[in-house]
Amino acid sequence: MVSSVATEPDRQSEGRAEPLVRIDGLSVDFATPRGAIHALRDITLDVPRGKVLGLVGESGCGKSTLAYSLIGLLAENARIAGGRIDMDGQNLAQLRPREWRALRGRRISMIFQDPMTSLNPVTTIGRQMMDIQYREKGGRAEKRARAIEFLEQVQLPDAASKLDAYPHQLSGGMRQRVCIAMALLTRPDLLIADEPTTALDATLEMQIVALLRELQEKFGCSVLFVSHHLGTVAELCDEVAVMYAGEVVERGDVAQVFRDPCHPYTQALFECDPARIREATRRLPTIPGTLPDLRRPPKGCAFRARCPKAFERCETEHPPLYDAGGGQAARCHLNDPAEDRA
Amino acid sequence: MSLLEVEDLRIRYARQGRLKAALRREPYDFEAVCGVSFTLGAGETLGLVGESGSGKSTIARTLIGLKKSSAGSIRFEGAEISDASNREWTRLRTDMSMMWQDPVGSLSPRLTVKSLVTEPLRIHGRPAGRDEAERLLGLVGLPAEFATRYPHQLSGGQARRVGVARALALDPKLLIADEPTAGLDMSVQGEVLNLLADVQARSGVAIVIITHNLNLVRHVTDKMAIMYLGRFVEQGPTDQVFAHPRHPYTKALLEANPEPDPEARHDRVALSGEVPSPINRPSGCDFHPRCPWARDTCATTEPEWIEDSGRGYRCLYPL
Repeated sequence: MVSSVATEPDRQSEGRAEPLVRIDGLSVDFATPRGAIHALRDITLDVPRGKVLGLVGESGCGKSTLAYSLIGLLAENARIAGGRIDMDGQNLAQLRPREWRALRGRRISMIFQDPMTSLNPVTTIGRQMMDIQYREKGGRAEKRARAIEFLEQVQLPDAASKLDAYPHQLSGGMRQRVCIAMALLTRPDLLIADEPTTALDATLEMQIVALLRELQEKFGCSVLFVSHHLGTVAELCDEVAVMYAGEVVERGDVAQVFRDPCHPYTQALFECDPARIREATRRLPTIPGTLPDLRRPPKGCAFRARCPKAFERCETEHPPLYDAGGGQAARCHLNDPAEDRA
Repeated sequence: MSLLEVEDLRIRYARQGRLKAALRREPYDFEAVCGVSFTLGAGETLGLVGESGSGKSTIARTLIGLKKSSAGSIRFEGAEISDASNREWTRLRTDMSMMWQDPVGSLSPRLTVKSLVTEPLRIHGRPAGRDEAERLLGLVGLPAEFATRYPHQLSGGQARRVGVARALALDPKLLIADEPTAGLDMSVQGEVLNLLADVQARSGVAIVIITHNLNLVRHVTDKMAIMYLGRFVEQGPTDQVFAHPRHPYTKALLEANPEPDPEARHDRVALSGEVPSPINRPSGCDFHPRCPWARDTCATTEPEWIEDSGRGYRCLYPL
């Protein structure tokens, strides 16, 4: 086996602080009438403590599935087929619903893409913010004061009066601020943000990204930031993991990965971003081809069929995550030290 | 004469019922687009940029006759069309077509791709057989076997292509594309835009692209207009606007477009606040409550539209 050559996941955390969450070999399947979809395959990734980890990739790559499996909100037909998710000695991959309830909304919380559908439209903001403190001690007045305090933290103007407002009375940006306030209210260790700015306008997007950055520094929690927008990932994240067809194909320090991507998919994805093309051009680059069928994931490299640099080995041998130095790792044979084409 | 000439276009929307408004002594409607002028020549591409609620989609709907304007003129090939009758619109819509924002939602789920792409031909009594369907699918780079598929069997990018084929079926002179890449992955975005560029190079169709994605505007448009609260705040050739924005809002928008480069993080002009409601416009300049450069006069004096060597802007103290 060639994979014994300096490959098996050199933990990205080596020589660094103990990560908050260690995902090890996680696989998730979805049952469908036409066979199981292997949506996540052998994900090994650390969520660093007190940092922002970005998760990027195109639709269908599994980034949301990964985020949802970290908060136990996978769909009914999903099954964790293997691997572990370790957080402070607990394996999240095998928690019972009861144990999830003790964790969710307390140590792990989440912000969703569309703030309109994640808030209850028929109760006031105040009521919702008091309800989520049901585990906390203290009287109504105390909880109300806490709710106001957190609405002020997210820089919502005139916070106290907003408690009596219904979600439809707030603008999209304000609603997302309320969602952030609610997610942070219980001082979680891990905040999962699933495309939190996709539904917002550009100027609001920057406001929310700046706010997340500021609050993350203030509260010191870890953030998993799921996005397909490379610009916001560059702006906000410390580390980044790039996903393709249910696998993490590259991970590392955000500056390093953006400067020097090691996986051909990451390179192609960056080339496609019109924001990175400095000269105005009429021809925009694309990635020809389509995602492989995840019911029958290809035997070799998942990106092989679309990869401009594919060679024989990619067909037969599934690449492990090769260490590319400085905490960066890529699932591509070109990074194998034994392969001198790199 | 340009293909499309729009002058001082104003569009109003009803706010509440007339009776209720009369009883409350409030105005019953408000102006969503107030005084917009631009021209577009054959083979040109114009980008309309702005945040939600700025009135860009309203302009598109008015251009294609789905919403009546309240004042101003729209001339298409020299003829006034803002007061065209329904019969005239039937003819006009063979020359103008629209690509809708939601790629899958704008296709009827009960029609096959073949019926979808040939529908415009059927409506206008032209031959709409299998040959035509294959020609149109070929035009947008879809294999002929897609003809028998239904919209739910298409990916976002493929549905977009079907939308393009429908819009091009009658060989229009003007194509209005409302957020042509919304919801598409980056690698597919390029495919759709390249397709539009190819079609334009071949047929000389004029394109209006409505979007909030500045990266896209920079690469595919010849000129652009930035909208705020129903008005153009700046207009000009795309490269010049990007190189040297004159209006503070344009500058803020350009800077709110983060570069995908972690080493380029810098202090940018971050706008505070949100877009005000067009029902309750700020006094003076629409943008002054959010403008980092606003001075006292901005709150009292409404800025005029200033034309300056092929460009225009609406600011008392341009950058």
